[in-house]
Amino acid sequence: MDILLWGVLPYVMMVVLVGGLIWRYRYDQFGWTTRSSQLYESKLLRIGSPVFHFGLLAVIAGHFFGLVIPMSWTKAVGMSQEFYHFNALFVGSVAGVGTLGGILLLIYRRRTTGPVFMATTRNDKLMYVVLTAAIVFGLWTTLASVFLGGEGHNYRETVSPWFRSLFIFQPDIAAMATAPFAFHLHTLVGMLLFTIWPFTRLVHAFTAPLHYLFRPYIVYRSRDKGRIAGRVVAAPVRRGWSAVGTRDRDTRNK
Amino acid sequence: MRVMAQMGMVMNLDKCIGCHTCSVTCKQAWTNRAGTEYVWFNNVETRPGQGYPRRYEDQEKWQGGWALNKRGKLVLKAGGRVSKMLGLFASPVQPELKDYYEPWTYDYKTLIDAPLGDDFPVARPKSLITGKDTKITWSANWDDDLGGSPEMGHLDPIIEKLRRESEDTIKLEFEKTFMFYLPRICEHCLNPSCMASCPSGAIYKRVEDGIVLVDQDKCRGWRQCVTGCPYKKMYFNHKTGKAEKCTFCYPRIEVGLPTVCSETCVGRLRYLGLFLYDADKVTEAASVTDPQELYDAQMDVLLDPHDPAVMAAARAQGIQDDWIDAAQRSPVYALAKVYKVALPLHPEYRTMPMVWYVPPLSPVVDLLKEQGHDAEDYGNLFGAIDALRIPVEYLAELFTAGDADRVTAVLKKLAAMRSYMRGISLGNDPDDAIPAAVGMEGQEMYEMYRLMAIAKYEERYVIPQAHMEQAHDLEEMGCSLDFDGGPGMQDSPFGEASGKPVPVAIETFNALRDRQTSDSVAGEQSLRGRVNLLNWDGNGAPQGLFPEKRDEPQMSADSPAHGGGRAGPSPDAAGPSASSSGASGNPADNAPGAIAREE
Repeated sequence: MDILLWGVLPYVMMVVLVGGLIWRYRYDQFGWTTRSSQLYESKLLRIGSPVFHFGLLAVIAGHFFGLVIPMSWTKAVGMSQEFYHFNALFVGSVAGVGTLGGILLLIYRRRTTGPVFMATTRNDKLMYVVLTAAIVFGLWTTLASVFLGGEGHNYRETVSPWFRSLFIFQPDIAAMATAPFAFHLHTLVGMLLFTIWPFTRLVHAFTAPLHYLFRPYIVYRSRDKGRIAGRVVAAPVRRGWSAVGTRDRDTRNK
Repeated sequence: MRVMAQMGMVMNLDKCIGCHTCSVTCKQAWTNRAGTEYVWFNNVETRPGQGYPRRYEDQEKWQGGWALNKRGKLVLKAGGRVSKMLGLFASPVQPELKDYYEPWTYDYKTLIDAPLGDDFPVARPKSLITGKDTKITWSANWDDDLGGSPEMGHLDPIIEKLRRESEDTIKLEFEKTFMFYLPRICEHCLNPSCMASCPSGAIYKRVEDGIVLVDQDKCRGWRQCVTGCPYKKMYFNHKTGKAEKCTFCYPRIEVGLPTVCSETCVGRLRYLGLFLYDADKVTEAASVTDPQELYDAQMDVLLDPHDPAVMAAARAQGIQDDWIDAAQRSPVYALAKVYKVALPLHPEYRTMPMVWYVPPLSPVVDLLKEQGHDAEDYGNLFGAIDALRIPVEYLAELFTAGDADRVTAVLKKLAAMRSYMRGISLGNDPDDAIPAAVGMEGQEMYEMYRLMAIAKYEERYVIPQAHMEQAHDLEEMGCSLDFDGGPGMQDSPFGEASGKPVPVAIETFNALRDRQTSDSVAGEQSLRGRVNLLNWDGNGAPQGLFPEKRDEPQMSADSPAHGGGRAGPSPDAAGPSASSSGASGNPADNAPGAIAREE
């Protein structure tokens, strides 16, 4: 059972996630969108959405810190276990509560605002259930890691080694198996979330427009294949149009 | 110098009668889909008025377009790249549906299905957003023809500004003084702020003709373009979650046809043609400090297509000779730069708009006529233009960033043309003093008159076709085999709005194959319950072609629609049929039917 849960499922999840994303990206560009509902309602969204998203970014950073960075490293720079746990509890709780509060507000808005509820698909509802469950159980583990069994559970000796071992294809199943139930539950729900990810609106996270910070303001594209502003360019382009971020006058002038 | 071609449009506002034919035909062609109910690529506003969406010109609120920062550098008014990214999760300045209107339909079915009773059935308005009963409180054109202006006239951002400046002395004078219509489409700007606002880089300007389009595959629905466009001509399709905008009817333009709004314009007030412009100078021109000089800067960006140096540079950029020829015959270039009677809409937004307007002289003419003056005399007209400070200032806020002298100069040209041509029509010798008064030659004025008043179809629309070597791509033939899965119908697991759109050629191919190879009704399976009348070959009746038959389909007094079950003649049933036969003017054909029903 442990082998199935902690040795097989993670890889199944990865295959579905990566394969699903590639497939959706190639096949369903038109469906790849945030499906924003701001047009219908703005007041609650203006509070809920940033709280949720920024909270989530902090949560992701926290996961990186807790799972990827080994305990020996933090010890090496002189960070005591108590200090780490205090930080994890404090920052993690703030981020987690923010994320949870944000998504609860967004769900409340989605249910009570007529047009927004009308625009909610079954796919969305399933996604909200899994996403909220992942957040709730995650918050529970944060608290559990401190208070469980009197002095808390140090997941950096169980979950984190298992997580890192996944990437070298030698999963440390035994370590994970000793973690408390709360962590098991959170991990399973998390894996479920990543499994359905490519097939929900969550895909928009993978096209976060970071290149906006660097691309030129004005974008020219040619109707004619392989020709930009009268000049022949070498690279083949997608049908009918050349790619985003073609040369433009802003970059040319410099 | 980097010469590029740009399709442009000029609208002669004197001829606009506010019939909204352009809006309606555009909507039928482009935005009659779910998710775009509130979207009007083309709308006609009554000015003074709030416009669509309401008060879109109030950029202190909506933050559209560009502004100069403290160092005089051109920046997006809504903020730079970093602040745009931080505002991604909930766009800080975003019009909501209530700033447009809540689209609705009527419950027409009740009119037919309601049981017989004493009351007339009523078709209630139903919201197209929630599907529930709704109260209609606003629409795309609620304040048409100054409707409600005593209550709402002050909400026009331009009136608000002018009143503030003149300290309320001209209260309500606007409404008494004048009114005109302003048809608006996307400006297809040289310096588009929607494009600069798009985090995904999905909005692009076509190199060949400057048409600004949204790549529907690349758009991720971050909706920053809606904020970025000061004309609010970027719309969010709330079904697909993607931005949509006026396409300048590019499929028509590519084959040399005018846009739908132009083609169907009753007043024939739209002109289409090419500009040649220097793409390297656009940013510089848009960064001019004084907003009133933006017009001149924009003029300088437009190049003279007769200039040999410009022609040579255009050829070097790969612009074909027939396009250069079209640019030389371009009516929009003539109106904007040669005669200088067309002005850009809101140049102060610094987007370098490419849809231009000839300001209306008619309010002045009408006023003179009402006062009993000779409204065709240029002396009278000139005097009236100078005296009518309010309309001129209003027009100046729209077209010249408040430079009233420029608007006056244009109106005087129009007045001079009117007066000069009247003299000629009455058989008098041409009075060359009239064109001279506005700095024109007699011949030039006559040519302007031909373009503006005679306005032949082929002079209004000078649209070079896209080149033959690209024809394959335009017909989608070049790509039909590249299409995933080859020529075969595909069903998307995410429904019809997902996946790659099926090229028209392939959809047609399949429809034709169905029709030729099957004995059953064509398109029954592949069209998923919809009927394509174009493919119907009379082979049976496809499902959905007619409403479902009732038990007794005969046209008789017993039919349920005519109050079935009642004995004796039914006056309700006879009434409409009798009157319709009378109206058709062919009683012989209808008489038997009418008699049969009466019996």
